[in-house]
Amino acid sequence: MQVPAPVEYERALSVDDAIERLTRLGPEARLVAGGHSLLPMMKLRLARPECLIDINGLADLSFIRRDGNVLRIGAMTRHSELLASQVISEVAKIIPDAEAVIADPIVRNRGTVGGSMCQADPAEDLSAVFAALDAMVEIRGPRGTRVVSVNGFHTGPYSTVVEPDEILTEVSFVTQKNLGSAYEKVERRVGDWAIAAAGAVIALQDGKIQRVGIGLAAVGAPDFRASRAEAYLLGKDATPDLFDEAARMASAECNPNSDQRGPSAYKRHLVEVLTRRALDGALSNSKGKAN
Amino acid sequence: MRVNIEVNGVNYSEEIEPRLLLVHFIRDQIGLTGTHWGCDTSNCGTCVLWLDDLPVKSCTVLTAMADGHRVRTVEDLEQGGELDPVQKGFMQEHGLQCGFCTPGMLMTARALLDRNPNPSDLEIREAISGQICRCTGYENIVRAIRWAAANSSSNGALDVAEVAQ
Repeated sequence: MQVPAPVEYERALSVDDAIERLTRLGPEARLVAGGHSLLPMMKLRLARPECLIDINGLADLSFIRRDGNVLRIGAMTRHSELLASQVISEVAKIIPDAEAVIADPIVRNRGTVGGSMCQADPAEDLSAVFAALDAMVEIRGPRGTRVVSVNGFHTGPYSTVVEPDEILTEVSFVTQKNLGSAYEKVERRVGDWAIAAAGAVIALQDGKIQRVGIGLAAVGAPDFRASRAEAYLLGKDATPDLFDEAARMASAECNPNSDQRGPSAYKRHLVEVLTRRALDGALSNSKGKAN
Repeated sequence: MRVNIEVNGVNYSEEIEPRLLLVHFIRDQIGLTGTHWGCDTSNCGTCVLWLDDLPVKSCTVLTAMADGHRVRTVEDLEQGGELDPVQKGFMQEHGLQCGFCTPGMLMTARALLDRNPNPSDLEIREAISGQICRCTGYENIVRAIRWAAANSSSNGALDVAEVAQ
């Protein structure tokens, strides 16, 4: 039987209250949202917090909101809510594409956006999605509120810039009418972590690529993105040859490990194929919106 | 710590350890053993029950997190001596063999049909994709849920006229 070690339990009544409790209890306290990463880690003693601060009651962190050309997603938004959102599927198809292959429908009822980002698993699909979208992350703590880019948000596997006394409150990204996107993932079985995954967003202006993002999950890409491939695409005509070359570049610039999910060379191969498919999908999605 | 949890319409006020998982509270502390305890790792789905009307894997929820909330388990499907259409569907279509995965499958099926009374086979398969059955190959489970959809009236209760046919 797997059960967590003895732990204290408190409930946060507000974001400020959560921060006060984190400050008072120190780094051995952990916030728990959906709990679908933290509780399994506690069962295996990979995490052993002395106190859990439950933030499931913080309804004000559960939202999907358009704010001009910015789309804001609250940290307590569940995966299932993202997947079901009409607004999200209109502005960023990459999100429902990815959410449909994150864990399973029952787990998605509990798991949250903020929890996934803070867990920072190297194979986290949402990390690749938000990298492609060039998202911003709002973090609140005793020293105030700060907004940081997803570039630099991760400081290593399972590690982020969110300090022990801080709470991630929101993820946001800039939308635009002609923004097309797609997500492609290969996993060993339904609901598993990716062997490799690639997401892309694209917007064209006068036939040229005006905005592009390529996110990669599970393959050791710095900041979960293929930044050299992105730079190569920007400002050019979106042609099949161009996408082929960008996919090769993405495959070259990531750094996958050989593990139980497959050898490194196989993962690089997947990155090339999946990046190409994601770029094609994003372009086609973008053209559908322009018409 | 003390928790107050409404399970199947009954209020339970119980003293628990904060680390107690909801599946063990339901089975061992209040004795509702219809909910099964399987893989411990939120993979198999036999521990699925409803927390505030949404199916969840109760091996990965702390009892403390359910304090002040409503839980519904497989024991609540039968109402007034009448089995729920999903239970009848599993009987009619042989949707179980060993029965270990069945409570989770039933709770997921009921939640699916409440939201989508006429799901396609693909939607049924997607809904149960977080649950593992090692006996049936899933075919009969999909048939059972399809049977329940076809033999339910709009309020979720069994349509007697349809069954008589």
